[in-house]
Amino acid sequence: MTHATPDELAREAGKRTHHFHGGLRLRHNKKISCQDPVERPPLPEILIVPLLQHAGDIAEPFVNVGDHVLKGQTIGQYQSCAAIHSPVSGRVEAIEDRLMSHPSGQHGPCVVIRPDGKEQWIDLKPVIDWPDAKPEKLIEKMRDCGLAGLGGAVFPTHTKTRNGLDRNIHTLILNGAECEPYISCDEMLMREHPEKIILGARILRRALGAERVVIGIEDQMGAVQEALTRAADKAECKSVSVVKVTTIYPEGGERQLIQVLTGLEVPADGRPADLGMVCQNVATAAAVADAVAEGKPLIERYVTVSGNGISHPRNLLALLGTSFSHLVEHCGGYTDDVVRLIVGGPIMGYPVASDSAPVVKASNCILALTEQDTAVPQPEMPCIRCGECARVCPAILLPQQLHLQIKNGLWNELEEYGLSACIECGCCDLVCPSHIPLVEWFRWGKGQQTQRSLESSATDQARKRFTDREQRLLRIKQQRAEKMSRRKQMLKDKATQQESIRAAIERAEKKSHIQRDTADDT
Amino acid sequence: MLISTIVITLLGLAFGLGLGWAAIRFRITSDPLVDRIDALLPQTQCAQCGYPGCRPYAEAISKEEADINQCPPGGEATIRTLADLLGREPKPLNSENGEEKPKTLVVIDEQRCIGCTLCIQACPVDAIVGAAKLMHTVIESECTGCNLCLPPCPVDCIDIVDIETDILHWRSPRPDAGIIKVVMQ
Repeated sequence: MTHATPDELAREAGKRTHHFHGGLRLRHNKKISCQDPVERPPLPEILIVPLLQHAGDIAEPFVNVGDHVLKGQTIGQYQSCAAIHSPVSGRVEAIEDRLMSHPSGQHGPCVVIRPDGKEQWIDLKPVIDWPDAKPEKLIEKMRDCGLAGLGGAVFPTHTKTRNGLDRNIHTLILNGAECEPYISCDEMLMREHPEKIILGARILRRALGAERVVIGIEDQMGAVQEALTRAADKAECKSVSVVKVTTIYPEGGERQLIQVLTGLEVPADGRPADLGMVCQNVATAAAVADAVAEGKPLIERYVTVSGNGISHPRNLLALLGTSFSHLVEHCGGYTDDVVRLIVGGPIMGYPVASDSAPVVKASNCILALTEQDTAVPQPEMPCIRCGECARVCPAILLPQQLHLQIKNGLWNELEEYGLSACIECGCCDLVCPSHIPLVEWFRWGKGQQTQRSLESSATDQARKRFTDREQRLLRIKQQRAEKMSRRKQMLKDKATQQESIRAAIERAEKKSHIQRDTADDT
Repeated sequence: MLISTIVITLLGLAFGLGLGWAAIRFRITSDPLVDRIDALLPQTQCAQCGYPGCRPYAEAISKEEADINQCPPGGEATIRTLADLLGREPKPLNSENGEEKPKTLVVIDEQRCIGCTLCIQACPVDAIVGAAKLMHTVIESECTGCNLCLPPCPVDCIDIVDIETDILHWRSPRPDAGIIKVVMQ
């Protein structure tokens, strides 16, 4: 029997499914928010659009307070990063620090827009000839339309695509395996707009130069496979295949999904492109279709509003910048026993202090939990080294070991044990019998690692500046000493002294002659 | 007997010459241990250790004239890495040298500055720009927080400020630091 080479396996992605290490079977809790069709909530009174929505620095605002903006107008951009657009037509009321949807709970720069209700679009410029357009043109369009990964990581789509362009990509994987409990926005999108996803897949395939598209969905997703296949047939697109993968959390992680589809592990320090693949979320693909085929920038997204703390959980198509409270209101408000609001899923999400925070490109879910859901935090006990965390870790790490090293500040060892490969899925947390908040430790540890590397480069810089300064001061001192000694030498030397005096007298006489001559002339 | 004696002598001479040449050709001008110690120090050049800068302190450590616990900006972390490098036992920071504090910056109150250039001369990393009788200012990104510019200032226009963590430099808090989970009202 001959074994397939990694390249063959990668090219056969999705023909057979495989397993990844560890993972957990969790209660899904998705059905409660999938009962009603997705709808748009009424236009909110005010929209708060943060200027920091994806990787990169804070965007520079392109508008001023008092300006009238149109729906889809670019209002900010950081260098050549993905742009940020106005979700409505209206007036810019303020550009100020407001509460952001960010785990820090901090305020950050936002553009506050009051809609005028006219919903007046800018001139939309679709790339009509996209099947024949150059990949560069499509990528540029993605950047100008502000596309970023809508699965939650919000990595700019144009960067991902451009990086893939030079890497000989053969397979585009669309990630529809939304694995975290409660979240169902991708499922609803696939059910309601499969044609958009297929169109987006074709455009992305064109932009990447890929041969095949594999859409990975969960095996519990009912009619989604049929809907997508039908849409693909309708578009006469034979290169798209839809594959159901077993629902084991976190099979929707990029690396885990690729492992399930190909049986190959993406190297810890590498990217899917090393295997000839690029992975995008299905919602990103739909946004690509909107951007390229219709010219519409990314100004709205599907958001799941769910949890036992919501009266009527459902999915909404929300404009970016809509406050969470507005969405909750449209879902019938909170129940009486609500205690906590979480952005994102119950495992990887983060709590927010107020529901005035706005929907951003990364917000896939708003979860209101009741007292019953938020289990009383058990007191943390010492690690008994049972190894349960290592058994469930999908990144094949040793969480108990990492925890020990982080607590003791063994930073060099941490790198060897692969802290950076942790995807923060929280499986180890859930199974730990000692209730150690492992993921919180890992997040802190990663932050410290980043801080340390920043500090060490700052230290090197300080050292360089210090030694440069020392050298400069030394050089100046030497030059001064030389000058002084030269002068002293000149003074000592009688002959040169006499000579210089004579020269000076001559110069003075010449000058007075000239002055006299000019005086005579006048 | 004679031949072997000659061969051995010649060999000895050849190797000796080779070693002598190598000693001159590949001479190490700086002490590698000093470099490695210096690499672990925070490079504030603040002189709190009692030496005029980080490198002199590193030299003193390598000569065993100074102890490893005299660097307050580096604090416990630096003591630990130094102990690792030198194979010594870590010990608490010597309180005579100062306390370990979070890193700060300095800011010049430009209204009060008279442009005397004394702080520019005091700054070990050239992080202050300005000219005589003109306003000075601190380049924030280059300031190491050594506070050496404070004593020479005749009008006391330099203030120590905490570094503000903006949203881009935010890091997850330590789980056992007593952070209370946000609960909605």
